[in-house]
Amino acid sequence: MPASILVNVAVSGLLTGFIYGLMALGLSVIFGVVRVVNFAHGEMMTIAMYLAVVLFSAYHLDPLLMMLPIAAVLFALGYVMQRGLINPFIARPEHSQFMLLVAVALIIVNSLLLIFGPDARSVQTSYAYDSFQVGPIIIDATKLYAAAAAAAVAAGLFAFFRYSLTGKAIRACADNYQGALVVGLDVTRLYALTFGLGAACVGAAGCIMVLLLDVTPALGPSYTLLAFVVVITGGLGSMPGALLGGMLIGVTEALAGLLFTPSAKSMFAFGMLVLVLLFRPQGILGKSAS
Amino acid sequence: MRERLLEGVPRQGVILLSALLAVLLLVPAVASDYLLTVGILILYFAYVGQAWNLMMGYAGQLSLGHALYVGLGAYAAAALYVHFGVTPWIGLWAGMAIAAAAGGGIGYLAFRFGVAGVYFAILTIAFAEFARLGFDHWPWVGGSAGLFLPVANFANNDLVNLRGSPTMFYYVMLTMTAAAFVLCHALLRSRAGYYWLAIRESPEAAQALGVDLFRYRMYVVVLSAAMTSLGGVVFAFYYNNLFPEQVFHISRSIELILAPIIGGIGTLFGPLIGAFLLTTLAEALGEAVRAVGIDVPGVKQVFYGVCLLLVVMFLPDGVWPPLAKALKLDRRSADRSSER
Repeated sequence: MPASILVNVAVSGLLTGFIYGLMALGLSVIFGVVRVVNFAHGEMMTIAMYLAVVLFSAYHLDPLLMMLPIAAVLFALGYVMQRGLINPFIARPEHSQFMLLVAVALIIVNSLLLIFGPDARSVQTSYAYDSFQVGPIIIDATKLYAAAAAAAVAAGLFAFFRYSLTGKAIRACADNYQGALVVGLDVTRLYALTFGLGAACVGAAGCIMVLLLDVTPALGPSYTLLAFVVVITGGLGSMPGALLGGMLIGVTEALAGLLFTPSAKSMFAFGMLVLVLLFRPQGILGKSAS
Repeated sequence: MRERLLEGVPRQGVILLSALLAVLLLVPAVASDYLLTVGILILYFAYVGQAWNLMMGYAGQLSLGHALYVGLGAYAAAALYVHFGVTPWIGLWAGMAIAAAAGGGIGYLAFRFGVAGVYFAILTIAFAEFARLGFDHWPWVGGSAGLFLPVANFANNDLVNLRGSPTMFYYVMLTMTAAAFVLCHALLRSRAGYYWLAIRESPEAAQALGVDLFRYRMYVVVLSAAMTSLGGVVFAFYYNNLFPEQVFHISRSIELILAPIIGGIGTLFGPLIGAFLLTTLAEALGEAVRAVGIDVPGVKQVFYGVCLLLVVMFLPDGVWPPLAKALKLDRRSADRSSER
């Protein structure tokens, strides 16, 4: 097999990995601060994907332009969910939180099935078949725009957590819950904000993903799993880790699909997850618990 | 032995259990074929729920990948039957051995490398998904096209090859569920049972008192895996077809743990009552949406999800603990009657 094919596939996987990373970033932010594992993460992404499909088919609005409004809708959804549903569960055991979010996931998947039916929906953009050539590498235009959008959103989120006062307050909650309470931070509101931000991330990721992938209601659970794989590989709770994990899994899947069979590609992602859990349970960039 | 088994069980409990068993034994005599299949489902979920509960409810190890053990048991017994004509009564030992080895392997890796909590749960999902994809690409067991057993002849029940009518499967499942109940009851009163509870409540304290955490966690994972795989053997011979996409799927693992969580985690009755409530709820919702004429794909599951949501929100310990209190069957009443 010529090396140029390998490189092409790896680059394509890397670009997809940016979107995986953005999706996983949402999960990681939520876990890092609220300490709740969002088992409805992939399902929330499918909500955003359907919103993008509806806006595109009704008004021909490009999903990439609709990224911010849709992320805002998901932010509101996440905020309300944290306030109304999840907040009372924060002190409950993990299996109880798990059940709650599984029920939420079940409701999302089947509501989408009710509204949109089981058929796959997609978006046909004018640039769907464009590509750029850089030396021997041919880059799919859609994937390049998608990856650039994902990187932009992730950069915005990093800046928010680093420089804004609210972002710093949220980091303070994650660092030291009791300390945050002592200095008078409104932890309940900050948690809801965090959940909203995590949901907005996955919403933006959904808008981008819809360019690469047809959406069905059943897509949710497998992307929840993928988000876990990415986040744990990179380090649960670490933001750069989520992005790095996304790229690693993206490349791994792409190469496994090329060298073995496409249907077995997730096996390599799961294999990688197992190895990471055993040898570096905190993830590649995660902080050690001890 | 009987005295030991009944030790500390309140009188009402013994009466209630005997009545329940009598009713369950009589069900096939009066129930229609449809109700009988619902009964089999209830018993199946009660059985695998009990097996999962052993690990989570008693020893505090959250597994979200129990479909792996169901699938290994199902595939081992079915493949031996299809390829070599081996009776499931021998095949089930192979299934149990393979599932126990898988459980032991996962447990060894997790407990040796200190993978715990959410990470442990996700590790179990990863192995189940790994198996799903692996079986999808394994031609000997049919790959993604599925493995099919010769369809049963309903006219005569062949217990040796587990081919027969729903009534036969009902009694097989009932026997297994009752046996699992008695086994778990006995285990809870054994040294290992008390160690598990101690590990669940506080691993550090248990270790300080000299409980070998690694060894007792391994015991519970292996036991739970082997028990779960037996459910898989019956599953395979009852449904006669196996697809990796269905058997190992994460939604199977979730489905399997709903009954004990809704019923009451760490209780003997939880899996039974949870399986009964959830299965009848699902069937009743199906009937209801058909009756109202809104039988569109998804409606039933949305209602089901809402019911789950309400139960976890308002009954955090599940259905059984408050019910047991009302019936004076809870642990505190039981302890009082046994202490005297």
